[in-house]
Amino acid sequence: MIQVRDLTRYYGEFAALQDVSFELKEGEIIGLLGLNGAGKSTTLMILAGLLAPSSGSVQIDGTDLANHPELRARIGFLTESPPLYTEMTVTSFLRHIGRMKGMSNDKINARLPEVIRLADLAGREHQVIGTLSHGYKKRVGIAQAIIHDPKLVILDEPISGLDPAQIVEMRKVVKGLGEKHAVIISSHILSEVSQTCDRILVIGNGRLVAQGTEAELMARSGENARLVITVRGDQAAFTEWLDKSERIVSVVSKDVADGLARALVEMEGDQREDLLLEIAKAGFGLRLVEDPQDELEEIFLGLTHQEAA
Amino acid sequence: MNALIIAKRDLASYLQGYSAYIIIAALLLGNGVFFHAFALGAESARYSHEVLENFFYLCWGFSVATAVLLTMRSLADEHALGTEVLLRTSIVSDGEIVVGKWLAAMGMVTLYAVLTLHMPLLIFVNGKVSLAHLMVGYLGVILGGGTASALGVFCSALFRNQLAAGIIGGLLAIYMSVIAWMLADTTNPPFNDVIAYTAIFNQHFVPFMEGRIAMSSIVYQGSLTALFLLLASYILHTRRWE
Repeated sequence: MIQVRDLTRYYGEFAALQDVSFELKEGEIIGLLGLNGAGKSTTLMILAGLLAPSSGSVQIDGTDLANHPELRARIGFLTESPPLYTEMTVTSFLRHIGRMKGMSNDKINARLPEVIRLADLAGREHQVIGTLSHGYKKRVGIAQAIIHDPKLVILDEPISGLDPAQIVEMRKVVKGLGEKHAVIISSHILSEVSQTCDRILVIGNGRLVAQGTEAELMARSGENARLVITVRGDQAAFTEWLDKSERIVSVVSKDVADGLARALVEMEGDQREDLLLEIAKAGFGLRLVEDPQDELEEIFLGLTHQEAA
Repeated sequence: MNALIIAKRDLASYLQGYSAYIIIAALLLGNGVFFHAFALGAESARYSHEVLENFFYLCWGFSVATAVLLTMRSLADEHALGTEVLLRTSIVSDGEIVVGKWLAAMGMVTLYAVLTLHMPLLIFVNGKVSLAHLMVGYLGVILGGGTASALGVFCSALFRNQLAAGIIGGLLAIYMSVIAWMLADTTNPPFNDVIAYTAIFNQHFVPFMEGRIAMSSIVYQGSLTALFLLLASYILHTRRWE
């Protein structure tokens, strides 16, 4: 159990973090969301033992991290840009990190195959890190964060800079980590966090503004669910059908070529599953359902404005 | 023990990269040219021990330069590459990190010293020097290299930029090698004594250069080395509170 209690951090006179408290259980994945400067990085750096808090505490199974630096051996941290010694091979790097985390050579040897499997690095073990692609470097970054089998794994923007195929692979890796470790992920992408995390923490102006599932956060922010839906069919007919639906608050049509119709719809509350079922029943061939890209910002702004009020 | 983990990786990094080889090769070349010109190339006949003293005079300066040039990137590079996260989230203490960096640099300074060995051996072609003089002289070179390495690690921790660390480290090394010596000669008491005490070369290397072990100089250089390492460790520690 990771317990964060009243965490406060000042940079000079500026309060980057104020009275942030939350708990994280083993096997739980939580997402940390916030705009730039909200306090996400400060939170992660304190959790990783990189920064000392001005007040408050991070406790791992009841022991305070600030007074027990040896607890860093129970934490794994991947920064947005993976920290790697690029002249080393993958395994020699992981061995080095294992030793820095206090592991014996026997333990490292026993742990390496599982880490290689979890981070999906098979076949790259003896490759020099500097010659790997960005996606594989990110995996090596994850591998170094878990080589010592930590209790808490902290991943700062784990999918940034990855291509779509690598993002899918990374989701699998993160999900796999969540089976054995407590995982905290920082991200700007709500849809990514909602797919991977059990719970979301929203940070704004250094304070914990809200926490819960994506639906709970939407309800709290007063934000309606929105989707961009692409179907096979006539644009006018699809727009007319959407206009008549009682679930829909507003519709914005978007032209798509080759017999496809597309619209941005907003519904009251979260009725996404019911709406999609009805569209399919109405005979429109569902081709693509997307989250609008600006949703996160709107939820953030809604929640932070509520907090300020 | 944890310091050795850091030292092992850093030493491997020095040996796997090309910059350390370039620095050592360039300084060895300079050392060799100066040795040939000023130690071997004197017009009048000299005793072998005088030639050896000249060799150590040069070797000490080039070893200090090697130490400063190699260590200027030790901690500054970790910051620039983002790998300082690996060090500071590990169970290796700040003091062990600093000592590990210093040990790796000492390994390279020792390598440099070993690579100069052919120069004093040339003296045996036309003369004879005491093996004890040779060993004591090299002990002085290693002590000077150790102090300069600690100074370099301290500057690298302080500035987070290897160029700034190199410039400030170089200036401090020049002060302790030459400027303090000259200043001490031109200032009045009691300042001249204080300044003279900081002149590592003049006050604390000359006995080794002449083949004499000076315990006070060993203690002085050891203390200065420990002070620089403690300061570097303190800087790393305070970064957690910045």
